[in-house]
Amino acid sequence: MAFDFSQDTVKAWRRENGRVGVRNHVLILPVDDISNAACEAVANNVKGTMAIPHAYGRLQFGEDLDLHFRTIIGTGANPNVAAVVVIGIEPEWTKVIVDGIAKTGKPVEGFWIEQNGDFETIRRASWKAKEYVQWASELQKEDCPVTDLWVSTKCGESDTTTGLSSCPTVGNMYDKLLPHGLYGVFGETSEITGAEHICEKRAANPEAAAKFRKTWQAYQDDVIEQFKTSDLSDSQPTKGNILGGLSTIEEKALGNLEKIGRTSTYIDVLGPAEAPEKGPGLYFMDSSSAAAECVTLMAAGGYVIHTFPTGQGNVVGNPIVPVIKISGNPRTLRTMSEHIDVDVTGVLRRDMTIDQAGDSLIEMIKRTANGRLTAAEALGHREFSMTKLYRSA
Amino acid sequence: MIANTHPQLLVHDKADNVGVVVVEGLSAGTDMLCVCTEDNSDFRLTAKADIPIGHKVALADLKAGDTVIKYGEDIGRMVGSAELGGHVHTHNMKTKRW
Repeated sequence: MAFDFSQDTVKAWRRENGRVGVRNHVLILPVDDISNAACEAVANNVKGTMAIPHAYGRLQFGEDLDLHFRTIIGTGANPNVAAVVVIGIEPEWTKVIVDGIAKTGKPVEGFWIEQNGDFETIRRASWKAKEYVQWASELQKEDCPVTDLWVSTKCGESDTTTGLSSCPTVGNMYDKLLPHGLYGVFGETSEITGAEHICEKRAANPEAAAKFRKTWQAYQDDVIEQFKTSDLSDSQPTKGNILGGLSTIEEKALGNLEKIGRTSTYIDVLGPAEAPEKGPGLYFMDSSSAAAECVTLMAAGGYVIHTFPTGQGNVVGNPIVPVIKISGNPRTLRTMSEHIDVDVTGVLRRDMTIDQAGDSLIEMIKRTANGRLTAAEALGHREFSMTKLYRSA
Repeated sequence: MIANTHPQLLVHDKADNVGVVVVEGLSAGTDMLCVCTEDNSDFRLTAKADIPIGHKVALADLKAGDTVIKYGEDIGRMVGSAELGGHVHTHNMKTKRW
């Protein structure tokens, strides 16, 4: 009889809004690039907190500014975060971020540098950070259903082994857990090119299919047509993909789509960093295929664990979300095993089935939720990359 | 499942005309055990070149213009030729899109 995943639990933090978090970070979050130094100083003063420096946040406007705010607010609002100290250059946009995060009910306070200077801002923010980190350190974990987790996926440095082993491993996990109430998300708009007709058919309803087609077409029209060189093949597949044996974007896309399994269908299409609003199930997120950008957007959407199939060996991590690496390429396991959490090379040797590989990934998701550090966490990979839609003013 | 024997080549779908090398250091002349993952059926094929892990092998004589099929789907067209057991990659195949 198949295992009943709906009864399976992990020890995790139940947040004020009911969501389940698997990490207990206290963030020192800059609104903008010029507040990075103050945030890093606070994080240095108060141990156990983490600053997330980034490159943007000034003179953005329109949709690009909306995405910036959504990404920063979503990062602070993520259930893996217990409390947040926000620092910006001025009070107005700082308040936008603080108010956005406060909707979750978690502790958050904003500080700004103008008319205070770095020293005074750092002094005040450090007091608040110390209060938060000591408060967070006493929060207790409780039993939470595995299917209360939100689990995202995106593959990287793909090769032909990802389509044969690590991507269908993720797909098998989704096929098993989504029917019990898990939230899932996949994306990579450019990388679906070549299999967009198949992806469209995997929508759960005509609205989602139409929304996917519109999103994919907009990317082709607005980005590819506007900026293309002689051939998208110069970038997709990447040079690493080609070394790994992938010859065309079609071949790469078909392997990529193995991540949504045999039976899973997506119920809605999300904009970048948007949180799902249609209940449990699988979502497609409009996102770049660049690893750090995509994982950052999915984390901002509220996902708490990321499953990352890799062939040639992508090493990406994220500051707040544990990134579980899965690989079936024996050369990658031989040369860079310190980056891999789940070894599915047995699938290529035909001594491990996809069903067994999927179970081993579910086991690793549970261990990670219970506190096991991923390879990326142990190695200090905290890539946080904002997606920018166009030039600033 | 093939007992105690590991394949050198995996094929996704019965309709495919290429398979993927899944071992390191495959050399020309190797008598490969090939497995189709769709139904676990197997066959044997001799590699005609040294082919790196992850790279594709022609399962038929392919010539310029032929459609390359993998996952049972069109993944591009041949722009050169590859004999049965030969190496198929960017030197002799390309997407049909650009």
